[in-house]
Amino acid sequence: MTSCRTAGLALAALVLVAACGGSATPIPIASSVPVVGSTGPEASIPTAADAVSTYRAYIEMNTDLLVTRTKAFTDAVIAGKLAEAKALYAPAREPYERIEPVAEVFGDLDPAIDARINDVPAGGTFTGFHRIEEALWTKNSTAGMAPIAKKLQADVIQLQALVKTVDLDPATIANGAVGLLNEVSSSKITGEEDRYSHTDLWDFEANVVGAQEAWNSVKAFVVARSPDLAATIDSGFAAVLAGLDPFKKGDGFVSYTVLKPADTLALSQLIDALADPLSQVAAIVVTAQ
Amino acid sequence: MTAGPAISRRRLLAGGLAAGAGFAVGGLGGFGVARESQAADPQTVVEPFYGVHQAGIATAAQERIQFAAFDVLTSKRDELQALLRSWTSAAALMATGKPVGDPAGDPNAPPIDTGEALELGPARLTLTFGFGPSLFAGPGPDRFGLAALRPAALADLPPFAHDELDPTISDGDLCVQACAEDPQVAFHAIRDLARIGRGTVAIRWAQLGFGRTSSTTAAQATPRNLLGFLDGTNNVHGDDQPTMDANIWVAAGDDPPWMRAGTYLVARRIRMRIEAWDRDSRGDQEATIGRHKVSGAPLGGVNERDTVDLAALGPDGKPVIPMAAHIRLAAPATNGGIRILRRGYSFTDGIDSLTGQLDGGLFFACFQRDPRTGFVPVQTRLAASDALNEYIVHVGSGLFAVPPGIAEGGYIGQTLFG
Ligand code: HEM
Repeated sequence: MTSCRTAGLALAALVLVAACGGSATPIPIASSVPVVGSTGPEASIPTAADAVSTYRAYIEMNTDLLVTRTKAFTDAVIAGKLAEAKALYAPAREPYERIEPVAEVFGDLDPAIDARINDVPAGGTFTGFHRIEEALWTKNSTAGMAPIAKKLQADVIQLQALVKTVDLDPATIANGAVGLLNEVSSSKITGEEDRYSHTDLWDFEANVVGAQEAWNSVKAFVVARSPDLAATIDSGFAAVLAGLDPFKKGDGFVSYTVLKPADTLALSQLIDALADPLSQVAAIVVTAQ
Repeated sequence: MTAGPAISRRRLLAGGLAAGAGFAVGGLGGFGVARESQAADPQTVVEPFYGVHQAGIATAAQERIQFAAFDVLTSKRDELQALLRSWTSAAALMATGKPVGDPAGDPNAPPIDTGEALELGPARLTLTFGFGPSLFAGPGPDRFGLAALRPAALADLPPFAHDELDPTISDGDLCVQACAEDPQVAFHAIRDLARIGRGTVAIRWAQLGFGRTSSTTAAQATPRNLLGFLDGTNNVHGDDQPTMDANIWVAAGDDPPWMRAGTYLVARRIRMRIEAWDRDSRGDQEATIGRHKVSGAPLGGVNERDTVDLAALGPDGKPVIPMAAHIRLAAPATNGGIRILRRGYSFTDGIDSLTGQLDGGLFFACFQRDPRTGFVPVQTRLAASDALNEYIVHVGSGLFAVPPGIAEGGYIGQTLFG
C-alpha cells in the first residue's frame, strides 16, 4: 500500500484515490457548494512572505486591541465596578480568541490568561479571564480580584511583545485556522468556555473570524491550485457566520443558555463541514511554495 | 464486549485475500456444528459488492453491525447524486478490504482513509444503503423533486401500542447498514462514509450491534439473543431463492419500477428489560417465547428444527404453545402467510443512568417486499398481545427503501435518479 501515491490533491483536495487498484480512479467527493468553473491561475501567484506578513499584521493588530480592551476590563475590576466589568468581559476576550493558536505557542502564557478551572492542575493557581469571570458571575463581586486583574494585564502585555517573535509560515497559518475551528467544536459549542457568563457565542464568532482571516492570508495559493476547494471553504465560512446571525443581539450575542439542542447541533455540523475542507489547505500551500 | 472467536489478524497479511464469497460461517454460534470443515478465516473473506441485489440482505449474517441513519443537509439534487457516487466508490473499495484512499499520503494533509481498519481485511464487510420517507418529501417542500417517486410501500409506519419512540434515535433521510465479522471494520466503514459526506449529510443516529441474532442461510448456526434464546430458527433464508423472490425482493411487476430487485428495511431499537427477564422462571420464559430455552425446540418438540405445532393441545386441554407466545403470534400461519427476513443484532450502550439498569436489547432489522404486508401487520399483532411485551419496549424506529444492487460502473440509487 505504501507504493500508492496521492494523485488527488493536485486535482482537487477533496478527492479520494483508489489506493491500490490498477486504476487509480479519483473519486470526487460531494462538496457542499456547486462546483464553480475553473477560474484559472490568478494574476499572480502569492509568495509565502506575502501570506506571512498579512497574517502577522492581523495578529499584532489583535494583540494591541487585546491590551487596550483588557486594560479597560481589568481597571473596572480593580475599581470594583461590577456592572462595567461584566460588560467589558466578552469584548476584551474577542481579540484573544481570534488569534488563540498563536498565543498557545508561548508555554504557560495561554493557561495563565485563558485556563478554565478544570484545566488547572491540582495544587496550581487559577488565574486569568475565567478566574475573574467566576467571581463576577457566581459571586457577583470583584472582591479579591485586583491581584488577578493586574496579573492578567501584565500577561497580555507580555503576549503583545512575544508575538512579534513568533515564527510563521503559510502551512502553520492554515493549520492554525483549523485549530480555531476545533476550539469552537470542542469548547464553544458545548458552553464550557464561558460557563459562568454564558458569553460563549462571542468567543465562537471570534474563533471563526480569526480562522477566516488566517484562511484569507493563504487563500491565493489554493485559488491557484484548487479553485473548487477555495470556493467550498469560502461558502463554508459564509454559512457558519450566517448560522450565528439569528443569535446576534446589540453589539454581541444572546446568552449561550438561549440555544436549544437543535441550534447547537446545526452550528456544530456547519463547523465540521467547514473544518474538513480547511484541513486540506496546509498540504496545498506546502506544495505550492 | 465482543464475544467472537479469536481470529488471527496476522494470517491475513500472509495469506492475502481469499476468494469465495458467501460461505457458511460454521460453528461461530458456539452451539452449532461447523458445516464447512475447511472454512476460510472469515476476516479474509470478501462479500461481492456488485450484484442484482444489494449485499447485506441475503448474505449470511455477519457477527457485527454498525448502522447509521443520516440527515441530508443539502437541498441540491446533484450534490446528493454526487454523494451517492462517492459512497458507491468508497464502499466498493472497502468491501474488498482496501482503504478509501492512500493511508500514507502527503504528510501535510490529513490521511484520506482514517486507518483503523488497515490490517483487518475485508472481514465480509457489506454496505447496504436505504432511502427514508423524508428523502421523498421532507417536512418542508419536495427538496429533491422525488415526491412523485416515493413508493406506496414506503408509507410511514403507524404508531404501535406501547411504542416509546425517541425521535433522536428514529427515522433519517438515508441509512447505511455496515455488517462485518469484525466490529472495527464495520465501524470504520461508517466513519469514513460519514467523513466523505461531511457537509452534505450528517449522521442522525447510529447503532453498534455486537452479536448477530439471526441465521440467514440454511447452513448457518443459530445464535442466541440477550434473552438467552436461540434466535433465527424459523427465519427466511437468503439462499432460499423462491421464498426470497416471493417475500423479500421487490418483484419485476411491482411499482415503482426503480425499486425492482430492491427491498424495504424496517429497523427497531428494542430495549430489553433484562433485569426483569432475569427474575422470570425458566418455565415462564419458555412460555413467553414458545420454545425451550436450551434446545430451542418449540414447546412440545425435542429438537430445534422440529415443526412448530400451533394446534397441539396439552393434557389439560390448553394449547402447548400458549396463545400469547411470541412465536405463535409472529408465525406466518397466524399472519396469513407473511414472511420477513430478520437480520437483527444484540446491542448494549451501557447503563441507564436513571435506573442503573442495562441499556441493551435487540437492534431488530427486517427486510420485506412491502412493509404494509410484512412488518406492519405482524408488529400490530405482537404489540397487541405478545407475552414478550412485558420485557421489551421499542424505543427507536426507521423505515427505508433499499434500492436494487448495481453493476460495476453504476452507483447506488441510480434507478431513482434516472
Ligand atoms: C426484543 C424483541 C424480540 C425478541 C427477543 C425476539 C425473539 C424471538 C425468538 C427467540 C424467536 C424464536 C426463534 C426463531 O424462529 O427465530 C423469534 C421468532 C420470530 N420472531 Fe421475534 N423477537 C423479537 C421481536 C420480534 C419482532 C419485532 C418481530 C416482527 C415484527 C419478530 C418476528 C418474529 C418472527 C416472524 C419469528 C418466527 C416465528 C415462526 O415462524 O416460528 N420478532 N423471535
